[in-house]
Amino acid sequence: METSQSGAVQGQYQLSHLRAIEAQSIHIIREVAAEFERPVLLFSGGKDSVIMLRLAQKAFAPGRIPFPVMHIDTGHNFPEVLEFRDRMVADLGATLVVASVQESIDAGRSTEESGSDPSRNRLQTRTLLDAITDQKFDAVFGGARRDEEKARAKERVYSFRDEFGQWDPKNQRPELWSLYNGRHQGGEHIRVFPISDWTELDVWQYIGEENLDLPTIYYSHQREVFVRDGMLISTGPFVHPRADEEVFKETVRYRTVGDMTCTGAVESSASTVEEIIIEVAASRLTERGATRADDRVSEAAMEDRKREGYF
Amino acid sequence: MELLRFATAGSVDDGKSTLIGRLLYDSKAIFEDQLEAVERVSAQRGNDYTDLALLTDGLRAEREQGITIDVAYRYFATPARKFIIADTPGHVQYTRNMVTGNSTADLTMVLVDARMGIVEQTRRHAFLASLLRVPHLLVCINKMDLVDYDQAVFDRICAEFTAFASRLDVADLTFIPISALKGDNVVTRSTNMGWYQGTSLLHHLETVYIASDRNLIDPRMPVQWVVRPHAAEYHDYRGYAGRIDGGVFRPGDEVLILPSGLTTTIAGIDTFEGPVEEAFAPMSVTMRLADNIDISRGDMICRPHNKPVVGQDLEAMVCWMTDKPLKVGDFMMLKHTTRWVKAVVRELHYRLDVNTLHRDEGATTLTLNEVGRVALRVTQPLFYDPYRRNRQTGSFILADEGSNITAGAGMLLRPN
Repeated sequence: METSQSGAVQGQYQLSHLRAIEAQSIHIIREVAAEFERPVLLFSGGKDSVIMLRLAQKAFAPGRIPFPVMHIDTGHNFPEVLEFRDRMVADLGATLVVASVQESIDAGRSTEESGSDPSRNRLQTRTLLDAITDQKFDAVFGGARRDEEKARAKERVYSFRDEFGQWDPKNQRPELWSLYNGRHQGGEHIRVFPISDWTELDVWQYIGEENLDLPTIYYSHQREVFVRDGMLISTGPFVHPRADEEVFKETVRYRTVGDMTCTGAVESSASTVEEIIIEVAASRLTERGATRADDRVSEAAMEDRKREGYF
Repeated sequence: MELLRFATAGSVDDGKSTLIGRLLYDSKAIFEDQLEAVERVSAQRGNDYTDLALLTDGLRAEREQGITIDVAYRYFATPARKFIIADTPGHVQYTRNMVTGNSTADLTMVLVDARMGIVEQTRRHAFLASLLRVPHLLVCINKMDLVDYDQAVFDRICAEFTAFASRLDVADLTFIPISALKGDNVVTRSTNMGWYQGTSLLHHLETVYIASDRNLIDPRMPVQWVVRPHAAEYHDYRGYAGRIDGGVFRPGDEVLILPSGLTTTIAGIDTFEGPVEEAFAPMSVTMRLADNIDISRGDMICRPHNKPVVGQDLEAMVCWMTDKPLKVGDFMMLKHTTRWVKAVVRELHYRLDVNTLHRDEGATTLTLNEVGRVALRVTQPLFYDPYRRNRQTGSFILADEGSNITAGAGMLLRPN
């Protein structure tokens, strides 16, 4: 018996839940880097993509991250997030690819939605798929989590996309043990979600343990806002309150980071990771339910967008 | 805080959704906006109750047809543990989904309707949990409120189940009488069943001992990736990155590399945080070795006196997962640990009826959702352990060569 030799005593050799899901995510990231020709990591500047970057860093240390980082730039970003993105990428020495929704519109590939303050949420899909085709990416890492949304709860870690970038939820490959099947033909690609099993609370606990830097808008601050569709929307260059939308100052923070036109703030005085963990643990609303207009369109808004090739 | 993954299977009628809904709600893992959405849709459909199944039936097709098609993953935590639930449909046509959900589970929860007793579906769930070597099987006898909380009913079902389970390979079997609807023995001990001396369901999930379920005896690390930083400060650095799939490794240990058969010692075990003194399953680490030998992805690091089986002729239980049937002579791609090889089906020994455990030795094919014992020949030797000894190094998937879809899942047996 090797038991005594290796000292494997019962009760020892325990990983905390955070270290267990971290090890799982690193395993996935390494599998993808090894089995695909041209992976790319999507980076929005949001907390989930910050975690993805840290996990990628850990997977290949002391080597560098062996794939580029891509930002789908809606042109409607929070300035704090763009500043943060550039700083992170520079610190890591990573290569940044920016795919611009504005350029897709200018090139006639996408059409701006009508109405005042149009959201570019849906337009990101065309820009993303064009970038994947142009740069011949065959694996695209995303920071989506299954606890975020009910369609995502059904999506695989390796999520197959056909030549049109479409997801077919009824025809997904079974995914057993940790044996991932990334086999595909030219023109097809795989979206990979290494932090599928993380919850919002896990994310914040990890940010705390790892002391990760985040865009300042995640922490409590004063901001000029108004109420639209039941959400606190920030004023800014792309958002124009109507006459009946009263602007006021509020102490807020963001739970998610997206397009300025469709991401709502929550009232909060939580200004440290510890305070946010307490707030998240006590929250009675999901992060997307509380803050994302893009999910409110219909019961299956996320599934429908994902079928078209969305993140 | 530890992580426990558990799988459930069942249909609308046995109260599975109610039970999961209750566990999630009582641990505050259901949010108000989710509950409101479910209430709204339930009302639109004219239901007079809130259909908690809608929480997990995330796809449009599932909601339209009112059925669960696919595995859904749900998450909740208590101060004691974090839980990941793989929630799968229970019907025979979804055997492959149950197999999928069970493949990563520490525990399988089987629900039995106290009024109905053991039915075909119960036996199937228990068999699949044992086939996938889920270490803990928990049988919840539900709807005890509808049989007047009668101990005799509970005892009779336990006895019948135990008799059936003796034909399976079940390491740890627990029975709990519950009422998911009324909450008896779900989170707290019920006052309606004074005769029951055990713990509540949640307490069992929080305390069931899982630390020794991993293999900490046979050191195994399949190499995923070779770390070679092209930087001045790490000029000669060469590290082998992988996940520990069994045993414990320490710096100074003598190791054997397969397929080369060369031995060397571990110079260091690195992580992003710095070197560590030991590495065990399921850690992801990077090993440095004392000698410069040629090692690449797909190689296996083990110990000279504790080697996996090395072989090209494989015996396995296979669950078939696609419409095109498996038959003798078929070629396909096989992924085991970190390598893909080509495989050919040499023999189909028998097909196993997942309901009766009857072996049909005359079978010539395995069709969708069928399980059978097959012999395979692969192009290069695999370095594997029998599945019952190690779920990581003992499992493989099969992919169709043309369409690339995942067509089957296999559990390796000791070679003949």
